[in-house]
Amino acid sequence: MTLEVSLEKQLGDFAFASEFSVQSRRVGVFGPSGSGKSTLMHMLAGLLKPDRGFIRLDGEILFDGSSKVNRSSEKRRVGVVFQHAHLFPHMGVWRNLLYGYKRTPKQQRRVDPQSLVEVLNLGPLLDRGTGTLSGGERQRVALGRTVLSCPRLILMDEPLNGLDENLKYQIIPYLKKVFAEFEIPFMFISHSLNEMRLMTDQVLEFADGRLCAQTSAHRLALHRMETSQTGYMNLLELRDPRPQNGLFVYRWGNQDFILTAGGEAPIGMFELSSREITLFKKHPEATSARNLLHCKVKKVFDVGNRVGVELDCNGQHLVSQVVHDAVRDLGLQVGGEIIAVIKASAFRRLY
Amino acid sequence: MFQAMIHFSPTDLQAMALSARVAFTATLVSIPFGFAVSYVLVFSPLPGKTLLNGLVSLPLVLPPVVVGYLLLLSLGNHGWLGEWLADMGIHIIFTWKAAVIASMVIGFPLLVRSISIGMEDIDDRLIQASCTLGARWYDTLFTVILPLSARAIVAGATLMFARSLGEFGATIVLAGNIPGVTQTIPLAIFDYTSTPGGDRMALGLCLVSIGLALTVLVFNEGLIKRFRRGAHR
Repeated sequence: MTLEVSLEKQLGDFAFASEFSVQSRRVGVFGPSGSGKSTLMHMLAGLLKPDRGFIRLDGEILFDGSSKVNRSSEKRRVGVVFQHAHLFPHMGVWRNLLYGYKRTPKQQRRVDPQSLVEVLNLGPLLDRGTGTLSGGERQRVALGRTVLSCPRLILMDEPLNGLDENLKYQIIPYLKKVFAEFEIPFMFISHSLNEMRLMTDQVLEFADGRLCAQTSAHRLALHRMETSQTGYMNLLELRDPRPQNGLFVYRWGNQDFILTAGGEAPIGMFELSSREITLFKKHPEATSARNLLHCKVKKVFDVGNRVGVELDCNGQHLVSQVVHDAVRDLGLQVGGEIIAVIKASAFRRLY
Repeated sequence: MFQAMIHFSPTDLQAMALSARVAFTATLVSIPFGFAVSYVLVFSPLPGKTLLNGLVSLPLVLPPVVVGYLLLLSLGNHGWLGEWLADMGIHIIFTWKAAVIASMVIGFPLLVRSISIGMEDIDDRLIQASCTLGARWYDTLFTVILPLSARAIVAGATLMFARSLGEFGATIVLAGNIPGVTQTIPLAIFDYTSTPGGDRMALGLCLVSIGLALTVLVFNEGLIKRFRRGAHR
């Protein structure tokens, strides 16, 4: 997907003015609330008319202020998953799902409703009314409804925002599965850095109605390490859990991690803060922490009053953080060997 | 005393039937217009909506006699609309159709207000959702706005039906008070009250009015409850 945008819009005191061009299939729009993310989404979907500028999707002009082209929403084939699902309350789940599908010309229908129902695990919900669904279920149905209308691009406006903190991340595997399976480009709008990193490759960062950076999710996370008190979040995909003395042993590449939190699912996504990774010069004789990893220092970089240390652990990467004095004491230098020590309880399960 | 009231004269029975027929026809014919005007008032970006709203609501605040008289002027044989209709062989005034038109004009604001309030309650984002899912405006109108306004339409129609049953001022001017032809229940009651010894019959017809109004209200409550259940399936 190629999306070229140059837009201006004045809304009361707020002014949106940005220009960008993205080519990724997984684009993120990141920024605090009031930064213009939603304004951008509404203009892309044709729900808000820009004052000036243009929108080109795969070479096709959707809006051009100078030549007065303004494709209506229903003809843009740009789908939207709204923050609060917005399912039609007078229809059941099945009719909601098929609403867009029925309005898509036959030759453009690329998604089979049955296979979508399977991917999103919607089977048990089909006969239900929308009033009885939980937040997560509603969001899954809304996603399915939009995907079935076979758009060229799907805009997701903070789709996880209204959900419970614990449930939030459980939707992500569904999102990933759907977009991988049906190969639909999407733009994911959120103010959560974790969501950006789990869902997107390229990130457009907005502040005060302006694009302030076009970067990758990983670089964004490193950049924000400076201002964040929680440090850098390592997102680790761990596999094949097996119980051991009430704890869980997960595979991470060719090494094991011992965790206090775990589950049945064969693949889990875990969050590990850079603050929770302690570095040792030599292998300690004994420690309460359960995970000791032999690592090579890949990179040492300054982040404010701290130092970020990128580690290579048998081909897998971790980012730790220390203070300047520790760099001297440990003799940290690129290529040097180091022991990373992590407590079993330091991992937080996302999904 | 009550038994005596049961014996309504044939013209009384005709008045009851006519009342029901006039109110029913007026309401039924008005619903599509009421829905269309409400849609324009709530959803269209037209300027001058305030003026349209004012015009539609005018009969609510004008004395019905004034409305009836203005209608008579335009629909009468020498009125601008009346002449044109007469050329086509259509005569309105002093027929039951005149009673229908009088009821339509008087009851219309109630219908529109009720439907508009229902439409304003519809979440804009549902309409945006249907647009982004590929529905044209008329498609959205019939598959989202209409079903979600159903309750308001029923409520408005009930209100208008009840108002039409009681319509007096505009009807007597435009349709006259001809027993068996244009005489509805209120007109018949009016006749009885101005006839010596007609009190009993007037009271009888009043009871019929109350009965009809109650039936309509109960029916309306039932329908609205059904819709409410439907929405929270």
